[in-house]
Amino acid sequence: MNTIEEIKTAIEAAVPGATLKIVLNPSVSAQHSLVLDHEHAVKVAEFLRDADGLQFDFLSNVTGVDWLDKELTEKVKVQRTVTKVVDGVEKVVEEEVEEARKRFVPGFIECVYHLYSIALRQGPLVLRMRTANRTDQVQMPSLTPVWRSAEFQEREVFDLFGIVFAGHPDLRRLLMWDEFEDHPMRRDYVEPDDFEYEPTPHDQVLKRAQAHKAAAQEGTVAAQ
Amino acid sequence: MTTLVNDRHAPGWNRPPIIESDGEGELLEVAMGPHHPSTHGVFRMDVALDGERVVRLKPVFGYLHRNHEKIGEGVSYLASMPYTDRLDYFCSLTNNWAYALAVEKLVGIQVPERAEYIRVILAELTRIQNHASAIGFLIQEMGASGTPLMYAFKEREKIMDLFESLTGSRMMCNYMRFGGCRVDISEVQLNMARSIVAGLPNFIDEFEALLSSNEILLARCQGVGIIKPELAVNAGLSGPMLRCSGVNYDLRKVDSYGIYGRFKFRVPLGDHGDIYDRYMIRVLEMRESIRILEQALHDIPAGPVADPKVKSRGIRPKPGEVYGRIEAPKGELGFYLISDGSPNPYRYRVRPPSLINLTILEDMCLGQNVADVVLIFGSVDIVLGEVDR
Repeated sequence: MNTIEEIKTAIEAAVPGATLKIVLNPSVSAQHSLVLDHEHAVKVAEFLRDADGLQFDFLSNVTGVDWLDKELTEKVKVQRTVTKVVDGVEKVVEEEVEEARKRFVPGFIECVYHLYSIALRQGPLVLRMRTANRTDQVQMPSLTPVWRSAEFQEREVFDLFGIVFAGHPDLRRLLMWDEFEDHPMRRDYVEPDDFEYEPTPHDQVLKRAQAHKAAAQEGTVAAQ
Repeated sequence: MTTLVNDRHAPGWNRPPIIESDGEGELLEVAMGPHHPSTHGVFRMDVALDGERVVRLKPVFGYLHRNHEKIGEGVSYLASMPYTDRLDYFCSLTNNWAYALAVEKLVGIQVPERAEYIRVILAELTRIQNHASAIGFLIQEMGASGTPLMYAFKEREKIMDLFESLTGSRMMCNYMRFGGCRVDISEVQLNMARSIVAGLPNFIDEFEALLSSNEILLARCQGVGIIKPELAVNAGLSGPMLRCSGVNYDLRKVDSYGIYGRFKFRVPLGDHGDIYDRYMIRVLEMRESIRILEQALHDIPAGPVADPKVKSRGIRPKPGEVYGRIEAPKGELGFYLISDGSPNPYRYRVRPPSLINLTILEDMCLGQNVADVVLIFGSVDIVLGEVDR
């Protein structure tokens, strides 16, 4: 089994321009992962599938992970000049002060792929891809053209996390119904009060009645 | 007549072939399901037919969806254990094992010898009863309403009785714990298991005598629903669905998780990848499971079933992640967990073999008769509780 560093250098030699980042896993399992960039992801995937000595032909698991926006509070040491009264004389003194600063870390949604090699009996190799943010830039390339097993699983990630996979042959919701609008596996998802709410003719009648009521009240106020 | 436009061995085998109608008749769109006797639950296939021939098939999921993963993220690690029973409710013990294995890998817990043996015994009994009832359902799909299924259930009932006496429940066993098992197995129960295993070869012989050379079974199963090995690997199939096409990949051999490295058993492989191979592989796997059971029941040592110092309740794994998988009766069942150091998992993901084995349902059914769709679907062996989660 190749180490993650060896795989990284092999990919960088074979796919020029690919930027990869190793994410270390501090737990006992020590399953480290590689973060791919969107531009070269499909080429890297094809290389991993076909290259001798790697042959990761079996894509076992595809899933999403939602990482929320974070606001980190950090303590930063700041130099500042203060005028101080020392022994009755005013002096300008430089001093070091600790200051709490808030730093905004944008969240992202991540897609995680677990690869195994049936030919060489090795694995798992964990690949990750990250979206730019959680709201409007949620696209990433689909790996379904490389491994067919991603077909339903990427549909599920699209459904539950809202990642849009460019190049997926049939990107529809898998588990929720087509008219559903939210993405239930996101961490900030709030359940609707009534899943099956549909506007009915009765709603229009109620709305009209409320309008009449308001108008009637205004009329009585005007009359007084 | 319909013609295949691009065949699936061409470079484009990654996609299902496109079958175009010759324009003589209109296409008939049929919704098979969600309530259909052959769908084993609530599942729909939107099928387009040209005469009797299938030209398009889109599976529709989600009727049983309850967002198991979201629920798992809201509760502690141990609290998900009883809920894993409900994934593939035929094989609750293997689900328990897969989840326990993933958490043990995440935290680094050792499992005592006796508990490992009990796990193997229960998992192989689960495999036998799953395969027996899967074959029973398959034959029922062929029109033999009930009788073969009841033959399978007769044997399953004995195994269920053992599960009930050991775990307190026939199907929702909730038996494994992180680092062992919940209660010890008694000598009476072990003898019960031994007598079940002693009776199993006769049962399978009888089953095979009735079915394996049955003319209807041969006519309907051979050469139908063929899977090619390249596509099977590429589409992530696992379990009997992968091995029926001749790919030698059994996680009990490859990963040797637990103590599977100690047992002698063979991995049955198919030759043609058709329904008959899938049937035959399940029969042969039952026979190999009996071999494993005989060895495990002979060798099982005395000792504790869980280390009292290892706590199962309220664990807080160090930040990190893990993917653990086992060979469940239906295929590779995996659990992917991310811990952020809190008592609840940050991410809890189930890799459902039933769902992923359905990826190539359309490929298998295209060009076949509509009556064979029911059979091909039955041969995949799915449980909707796991597909929809």
